[in-house]
This record gives sequence, structure tokens and C-alpha cells, in this order.
Amino acid sequence: MDLDPEGLFRDDSDEDDDNVQEREANKEMVVYLIDASPKMFTPATKADEKEETHFHTIVNCITHALKTQIIGRSYDEVAICFFNTKEKKNLQELAGVYVYNVTEREPLDRPDARLIKEFSCIEDSFMSNIGSRYGITSGSRENTLYNALWVAQALLRKGSVKTVSKRIVIFTNEDDPFGGLTGAVKTDMIRTTIQRARDAQDLGLSIELLPLSRPDEEFNMSLFYADLIGLEGDEIVDYLPSSGEKLEDMTNQLKKRMMKKRKVKTLAFAITNDVCIEVNTYALIRPTTPGAITWLDSISNLPLKAERSFICNDTGALLQDPQKRFQVYNDKVVKFSTRELSDVKRVSSHHLRLLGFKPLDYLKDYHNLRPSTFIYPSDEQIFGSTRVFVALHSSMRRLGRFALAFYGNPTRPQLVALIAQEEVTSAGGQIEPPGMHMIYLPYSDDVRYPEEVHLTSDDAPRATDEQIKKASNLLRRIDLKNFSVCQFSNPALQRHYGILEALALGEDEMPDVKDETLPDEEGLARPGVVKAVEEFKASVYGENYDQEEAEAAAAKAGASKKRKALTDAAAEKSAAHNWAELADTGKLKDMTVVDLKSYLSAHGLPVSGKKEALVSRILTHLGK
Amino acid sequence: MARNKEALVLLLDVGPSMHGVLQEVENICSTLVHKKLVYNRSDEIGVVLFGTKETSNELAKELGGYKHVVVARDIKVVDEETTNALQNLPRGTSPGDFLDAIVVGLDMLIRKFGNIKGKQRMCLVTDAQHPLRDPPQGTKKDQVDTIADQMKRHEIKMDCIIFRESGVRHNAVMDENDQLLYHFRERSVTKVVQVDSPTSLLGALRTRNVLPVTVFRGDLEVSSSFKIKVWVYKKTSEEKFPTLKKYSDKAPASDKFASHEVKVDYEYKSVLEPDTVVPPDQRIKGYLYGPQVVPISSAEWEAVKFKPEKGVKLLGFTDRSSISRHYFMKDVFSFVPEPGNTKAVAAVSALARAMSEMNKVAILRCVWRQGQGNVALGVLTPNISSAKNVLDSFYFNILPFAEDIREFQFRSFSSLPSSSQPTKEQQEAADNLVKMLDLAPHGREEILKPDFTPNPMLERFYRYLDLKSKQPDANVPPLDKCLKKITEPDPDVIDYQAPLIKKLGNVFELKENPKKKKARTQDRLTYTGADDQAKLLEEPSAEKVGVSEALYPPKKKAGEIGDHNPVQDFEAMLTQRSSSTWVQTAIEEMQKYITALIQDSCDRDNHQKALECLVALRKACIIEQEPNEYNGFVTKLCQKFRPAGDAKFLQLLSSKNASLISKEEAPDSDVTEEMARNFCLKPEPSSQ
Repeated sequence: MDLDPEGLFRDDSDEDDDNVQEREANKEMVVYLIDASPKMFTPATKADEKEETHFHTIVNCITHALKTQIIGRSYDEVAICFFNTKEKKNLQELAGVYVYNVTEREPLDRPDARLIKEFSCIEDSFMSNIGSRYGITSGSRENTLYNALWVAQALLRKGSVKTVSKRIVIFTNEDDPFGGLTGAVKTDMIRTTIQRARDAQDLGLSIELLPLSRPDEEFNMSLFYADLIGLEGDEIVDYLPSSGEKLEDMTNQLKKRMMKKRKVKTLAFAITNDVCIEVNTYALIRPTTPGAITWLDSISNLPLKAERSFICNDTGALLQDPQKRFQVYNDKVVKFSTRELSDVKRVSSHHLRLLGFKPLDYLKDYHNLRPSTFIYPSDEQIFGSTRVFVALHSSMRRLGRFALAFYGNPTRPQLVALIAQEEVTSAGGQIEPPGMHMIYLPYSDDVRYPEEVHLTSDDAPRATDEQIKKASNLLRRIDLKNFSVCQFSNPALQRHYGILEALALGEDEMPDVKDETLPDEEGLARPGVVKAVEEFKASVYGENYDQEEAEAAAAKAGASKKRKALTDAAAEKSAAHNWAELADTGKLKDMTVVDLKSYLSAHGLPVSGKKEALVSRILTHLGK
Repeated sequence: MARNKEALVLLLDVGPSMHGVLQEVENICSTLVHKKLVYNRSDEIGVVLFGTKETSNELAKELGGYKHVVVARDIKVVDEETTNALQNLPRGTSPGDFLDAIVVGLDMLIRKFGNIKGKQRMCLVTDAQHPLRDPPQGTKKDQVDTIADQMKRHEIKMDCIIFRESGVRHNAVMDENDQLLYHFRERSVTKVVQVDSPTSLLGALRTRNVLPVTVFRGDLEVSSSFKIKVWVYKKTSEEKFPTLKKYSDKAPASDKFASHEVKVDYEYKSVLEPDTVVPPDQRIKGYLYGPQVVPISSAEWEAVKFKPEKGVKLLGFTDRSSISRHYFMKDVFSFVPEPGNTKAVAAVSALARAMSEMNKVAILRCVWRQGQGNVALGVLTPNISSAKNVLDSFYFNILPFAEDIREFQFRSFSSLPSSSQPTKEQQEAADNLVKMLDLAPHGREEILKPDFTPNPMLERFYRYLDLKSKQPDANVPPLDKCLKKITEPDPDVIDYQAPLIKKLGNVFELKENPKKKKARTQDRLTYTGADDQAKLLEEPSAEKVGVSEALYPPKKKAGEIGDHNPVQDFEAMLTQRSSSTWVQTAIEEMQKYITALIQDSCDRDNHQKALECLVALRKACIIEQEPNEYNGFVTKLCQKFRPAGDAKFLQLLSSKNASLISKEEAPDSDVTEEMARNFCLKPEPSSQ
């Protein structure tokens, strides 16, 4: 959709080629299956002042996910579906299942502004419109979980599994949905439900469970859900959220788990000539940009189709997409075929080739060009890869080394530093995943030496110990406690999407977005901070700095006085001519440049350019 | 001289001790010239060689002395001749005296440009190993002072590259020479770098001159009352592959002034009326919000969009450890104090040193220009200068916003099943590898330091460009040895550490997943053959060899049929049909192999094997429409081996349905079905 003409020439640059790939290769369709039984509406935490329910948590998480998705991956499709409801709304007319939707939208479709808006306040009207009840009860033959899976599977029928990844995500806090039943009815229901799930999985749908547990009773996977999603042994542990002491932590965990991991590429990582392992790369950090622009017809607001045509500059003939490229070199035209160019760029025969190791402090702060890429081992194609990777990872961590490797990316082959990242966890879940970060290193021609541009001929002055002491004091005073890298949201982006959301919903009021990146003026005005700043300032600038500055400013004002005098002189000079008459008689071009400039500076116009430019500027100013 | 026009004199040491790296010196200087021919057509270049057998320079003619210094090219605008002057540098015979060369180069520049100031530069490449000639009066240091004064007066700069191989022992002469060169630096006219491998030599010379441009000049606001005047430059910036223009071949060959350029034209057409072009003033921008397109005019957008004030503001300081290295987002900036402002210099220096001592970093919010639509949030880290006359400064790296981070969960290594955990022995092997493959060995310069590592792709492109300008149909040249050391581990190190590497290979077991094998290896193969496509042909069938072999083409050519699994080898050869001759070769190889099998021994095993091969060959010949190849071969076999009593083999032939290929099976065959059926039976009576 990006019709920015410059963007179309990006074939050579590698500007986020992985981003594009990502979008095209892994479109995703997801159905959120939300348990709406009364159990979900009981307060989640005991005797908490805020009576938060699990249902509330889930609505929050999904709203958050939808908002993220509409910015980053708006091509993905989403359906929201409740089960254990009073009302029913689904194509199959199955009881206890309610497919939530808003107007002008298919049940499974891309998220739009209205969906987010209305879904975020669904709790207000949920009980009256949809209602909650226990779906599976003894005495009734109803199996709402079975129904829900069936509805989800039916929703996901469109699109081929080959190109789209399809997921069903179940949110529930009931670890034993058939607990109320006994005997043959129970076993029968469990069997059919699990069979339903198997069928769905055989069709290529993945079923995930996001269990919620209470502090007093942990969600027990083995009762039923382990069988439903087909987990064995170790994996169960992997699925269990660390039973949240705080609901907030659980919310965070849920938010993270809702995002599907998307790998960018699978690489072969050659450690030595005979040991070559398999790793997947993930783009954990990439700049989010305010989406693409589409050109519209300003009258009908319909999208326009852009047509690109190639025209020969010499003959004006229309060309088919020309295949050959050229470079003027030594006044000669040197032609290349695209094949030759790609051969030139292919300097390495491997994806990723280990070259050796260096101590971590050899990686300097300026050894950076692009956002890093995360790598994690995979045993999918080469068994044993993970083991090699884990061994290497732990050696590198213990010995304080990073690995230098050559990444033979065909668009920009590059040296990379691989830094082993230790896993960091907190109550809120994983903060830093274990693996390696791939940092793209500059080549010699990419590094510049601006600090050497202004060399002093004598020894460069350095700060005295006293000054450094004062500076240290300042550092201690203005300390950001608990600073974390991603705590700020991008004000430009927030505003951009805030405006779009308002416009999309037809609201008149433009949202006010808080710029979190501004310094904390209040904190900086605290007496202790002010004192530290003043002390440091006095030690490096001298006591009378402000006064000196004021004088310098006054001197500058003097300079501007001088400029004013010049303007006055010019005005006087230009007044000597009757400009309007000169313009009418076409005699302006006979004037000297100095005279022309006197007019321009008298009227505060720019005096740059050739004589014709000056003349035309005067004519414009005179309104001729 | 134009603002960005440069005059450069290359001073190259070609004395005996430099012979080993002259090829690299040639290469790096050629790349420099190639880039000038593309980007700076009007720059001028002169070449001075020293350490030569001959002497040829103006100073020697006029004053005498200045021996063994040859002006290979006067200062002239770059052209093809310049590259020629740098090819096949003569191997000199006398130890080079770099001071003499500097004086000659300086003299050339002053003669040519007199007092015209402009960008003038000398570039010295030497090993500075040999004693310098004693000056007629004063000390060598005095001489350096005089030269430096001259350079300063004429604003001539110098880059000096000292090349010393890692094995060379330092001696008093070298120390003295180094001191003299560093003295130039202290007089602030010269930049000195020392490298110890040919690869770093290639990266040591800046081959393209970029005029430093500030991104921002103004205040670094610590608080509203305390501001430091700084200038911000780019510290790193990717040198891109040149954007080649599209070529149009429409211009007649006779047109000497044809530009051959292609203009790209965009027309926006309405969906409803595909034939009408919508003029620019009737277009309006639409932004995507989910499936909706929100139209908004530029003026409206301008009124509501985010408009931060220009300025660089400090948010606060934090521990260095709270910002992991991998959060750095982009190319790096450098904050230097405003030139000439001693107060700013002191403030920057004090802050930088305090930050460095306390291991702290500063968080800044930057808006470089008024009207910029976004803010940059980043981390300021100290850069304490090690050179006496370089000021302390800061590096600045952009950090991500909350929206830029995707939090994926990965399984923790400790919870992996034991089959994925390394054993003690394996861990030890990995430890040893990390310890031994050390790229920063003690007592040596760091290997592959980014600051001295050239870009192999660009290096090759410019070489190819030059080659193509002379031979339009030239092939892409392979990477040369020095550049290969960037893309692959140094073969010397690998040889040296061979036992260790072998150990690693032995303790870890890697197996390819049989289910995924096929597609996967295909995928990999497209990646190989970096230098020439021919390699691909040599690649053995990836399906039967292990992973490692698929990635590293073994020496053995695929054009052979091994004893181990002849039928598969043969099929592999056939599937590699990149040309029709390949099929022919495969068939011939198989025929040879079968003949050898039958000839070699008479036991049953071989017969069975030969028969299997023959069946395979037969099948292939039917598929490849080469029935006569097979028929001819079998007939010959019969004639050859019948007397030797191998008739039993022929009987087997018919039993396995490996008789001649008939017309029914392959239309090209001359053999009828009946002939085929009778083939094995017929000869028998005659042998009785």
C-alpha cells in the first residue's frame, strides 16, 4: 500500500527487509475464547480493596493486544467469542456460545477502531446483553466448551493453513470444567471434547490456553487441559503462569503470552567446519513507525491506483521494467546485470559463521548501526543444536566474552557481535529471555571521527578533580531510580494513532496525549538538585557566568542593532528609486545588483540568488 | 579549490621490508581511487614511492639528497592512469626514509597550490622499521617540528599508517620512528594508526572522505538554568552500496551524449475511472487504521500533529547496567563541546569523567530540528579521550520506546530437558573453544577490530567496477585472501587449533531431522556457492551426506560413483542435471563402474551389485530417452564377458528384466520387443 515513490527504490537497501518478510509470511488469525462463567466474575484477589475480576483482567489484556495489533500488525484477523453465556450468537446456533462483534465487521476480521472502543467497555453491558451462567452442569447434556471449540474452528475455516497461522486462545480460570459431572456422562464429555480439539489441531489450528489462577488455588493443568492441548511432562511447567501473587503480574504475563512469537528467519550457524547448528532469529526490538500512506481522491475519498512507468530519458520511449543497472565511472557507463550485482553482494557461503571470541569490553558504545536481532536455538531440523548453543552460551557468559561472527545476509553482509544474554525473571514473568543478541557492527568506512575534527594544537583542557567531584555530586542528585529502557511510549506515535482513532470514530475532540519524555521539571526544581546544579555550574563556568552571558547577549543585541542600521541605510538607498515605475517599464534588469539588494534588504527579503532571481523576487513583492 | 575538493599525495613505502604487503597497499590505494572516480571526480592525486632503487624527484634534482624517493605521479585530477600508477608497484631495494618522503610530498603540494588553501592531505603508509637519515643540522625532532610548522601553515593534514606484522620485535629504531610520527600527531596535523595484519591495513585508510556535518548545534540542557553548548555529529553511518541507475538501451549507438537514464513516472488513477489521471492537487493522504483508511489533508495534519520544541534535554542519570547493550537502536551520534568554548569543554569533560568513574550514563530527550515530527530518546555515554590533544566527548545511542519492543517468551535454558543440556565434557569443549579462538590475544592488536575492517562487499564492488570499465564482460572476481579472513575464520588459526576443533565436533552429536531434510537442504544450497556458481555443480547430493558436508562442499567431486552406494550416487548425479552433458557423464561413469565390477571379480556379490546398477542404468536411460546408450552397452558387455564364462550374469539379466530397451519403452530405441526378449537367450547356443 505504500505508494511513496522513494520507497520503491529500496531494492538495494536492506532497510528492515525482515519486517516486510514478517508481514507477508506470517499473517495470523486468532480466535479468543473467553470463559464467561460466573466464576470469572468473582473477585480474583481475596479482600482486595479493588474488586478486580479475572474477566476484567482478560478484557484489559485483549484490548491492549488489539491496540498493539492495529498499530503493528493490522493485517491479522481476530474474533472474540465468549462461552458459558446465557445468550447464544453463532452460526451453528449452539447454546452457551456468543460470538462478539460490532457493526460493519465480519466475525473474524481485522480489528477496527469501533471494535476496540466497544470491547474495552463491554463489562458495563455484558450482564444485560450476553449474560453469564455455568454451562456444563449435571443433568444437562450441554457441553459449552465443546461448542466453543466447534464455533472457533468454524470461524477459522477461511484462508489456507499454509499461508496463515491460525490460533485458538482459551482464557479460563476453571481447571476442571467437567468437575461437576460424574460417571459415564463425564467420561463421554471429556472424550468428545478432546476429540474435538484433536480434530482442530489436525486441521492445523493451534490451541493455546492462558490459565488464570488464584492465590489460594493454583490452576491444575493435569486435571483436564493438558490433555486438551496435548501437553506432556515438562511442557506443563512451561505453560503454567507463576501463580500470581499480584493480579498485575498476571496481567503482564498474559499480555506477553498473547503475542505469538514470530521468527524472522532460520539460520545455519557454523561454529566450526564440522559443527553447524540451527538457530532462529527474532526481531525483539524494531522501531514502530506510523503506518503507510495511501493516496485518496480528495472528492470521493476512494483510494487511487498508482501506476509506475519507465521512460527512456534519451528517446522518451516507454520501457518495460529495465533489468540492467549502470554506474558512471571515470566518465564511462559501466553496466551490470542484476545477477552480477547479487553475485558481488554474496561474499559468504554461510548464514552465520563464527570467527572467534573477544572480551566484552572490546565492544564499544559506537559499535552499532541497527537494532539488534535475538537468536534462540532450534532442534527442528538439526537435532542437538540446542545443546551446542547452551554450552556455548554458558561458556561465553562465564568467561565474559562475546562471539564475533560473519552474517552473510545477501543484502548487507556484515560482521556481528553475539552477546550471550542471561535469563532475567521477576514476579511479572520473564524480563529478558535467554539467548544471544546479534549486534550489527560497523566497518571501517562506517566509523567517523568527529571528535578529531576540532583538534587543539596544545594539550586539550581536561576537567579538574574538583570539577569532577562536583559533577559526581550532580549525578547522584539527578538519579533516575528504577529506570527501564522501555518505560516511555513514543509521543509522536501515540498522538498519531490517537488522532486516527478519533477520526475513524468520527469524534470531534482531538485526544490529548501526554508526552512522557519531557524531563521531570518538578524533580529538577527540588532544592537539593538546584544546589548541586549551581555548584557544578560555578565550578566549570565560574561564578559570574550568568552575568557574562547577559553581557554577551547584550553584545549580540548590539550586533543586531548594527544589522538594523544596515537595513535603515538600505531603506534610505532604495527609497531613491521609484521601484514600481522601474518594474512597469521593465527597467529592473538594468539596475545593478547592489541596488536591487538594497530594495530587498529594506523590505526584509532574502538577498541570495542570481540577478534574475532578485528581479523576480522584487516583482513578486511588488505584486506584479 | 571547491569546498569539498581534495588534493591527496600518497606516500608509499616500497622498501624490502614492505614487499609482503605491497599487494594490499596496491588494493587499498586502488579502492581509494575507484571511489574518487565515482564520487569525487575532480579530486587530485599524486603518488610518491620511497625505498625505491631509483631516485626521481624535484628536490633531489635541485638540492641533491632525497635519495630513493620517486614521484610516480604528479598531483593531477584522478583518471584511469592513476589506477595504473598504483598497479604493480616496483619492489624497492633500499630501506625507506619516510621523513624524506614527507618533505617531497609537502614540497609537491606547496609547489602546486602555493598559498591557495583547500583540503590538502598526505597519506603515508610505512613500516617505519629503518633508521632515518640524520638531518644536516639539529635533531630529527627539530626537523619534524619544521615540517609540522610548514604543514600547519599550509593547512595540510596527514594520515599515517604504520604497518608492523605481529611477529616483528620492537627495537630502538622503531621506537624512535614511532616517537617521531607521534610527534606529528602532537603537533595536531597528523593522525597515526598502527596495524598488524594485511586485513586491517585494508581498513586503515579512509577511502572515502565525508565532510563532517553537525546534526545539532545548541544547548545540552541539564536544567533550565544550566546549559552546555555542544555540537552533535554522526559517529557511525553506514556506507551504503551505491544506488545504481536503471539503464536504458533505447538511445542509438551513435549518440555519444546519451545519458541512458530511465525516468520513473508515477500516475495516480481513480479506481472508478481507470483512464483518468488524478492531478496532485486532487489527491489527499489517507492513513491506515486497521482496515479503515482515514483521509486527512496535509494542512489539517499539520495542525494536529505532534510538534515538539527543538532542544536536547537531560532526563537524568542512571546506572550503566540498567541499559543493556542490545537496546541500542541506530547509528551512533557524537556530542562534542562547542569548538573554542573552554567552559563547555570543561563541563563536558567533568561530566564525562564523573560518569565514567561512577559507571553512570545519562538519559536524554532530543529534538534535533525545529519542526521534527518525533523525539529521540537515548543514552549518553562518556568517551574519555586517550590522545592528548583530543577533547573528551560523549557517544549517544537511541533507545527504543515501549512500542518498539516485542516481548516474546522463550523457554529458560534451565528448564530444557536433559537431552538439550550439555554434559560436563561438552561444556569443557565449549569452554576451550571460547578460550582458544581468541581474537584479542595478549600482546597483539585486536583482530578484526571494526574500526580497521573493510567492507568486503564494497571492496569487491569497486574492484569489479574498475575491471568492468575495462572489460565489459568480465566475471565477478572472487574475494581475495585478505577479505576472506573477514568472512571466514583465519585458516592458520583453524589449523593451529585443529585438535580442539575436532574435539568439539566429536563430543557433540548433530543429526539432521529426517522428516525435514529435503526442503531444508535445498534451502541451504541456495546460500552456498558464494564465489562462483560452479561450486554448486560440484556439490554432492545433499541428501546423503551429513549436515556439515552440505554446508561445506567437500573436496570430492560429485562426478564419481563410489563403491559404497553406487546406485544412489548415480541417481544423485542425474538429479544434478545442470546441463545435458551431465547426464551423459553420469551414464558413462556408471558404465565404467559396472564394467569394472564384473571384470574385477567373479563372485556372486559383485554380480548382484552390478545387476542392481544395471537396472538403475536401464531405468535412467528410459527416463532420459537414451535407450541406445543402454542397448549398446549391454550388447558390448555380452560380447566381452561371454567367453569368460559369465553367462550366468547374462541369465540374471533377463530374470531381472534388465534386457535391451525396446521401442515400446522408449521410442528412440532401434530394438523391437521381440529382439529384446530374445536378447539373452540368443547368444547362448553359440557359446555352447
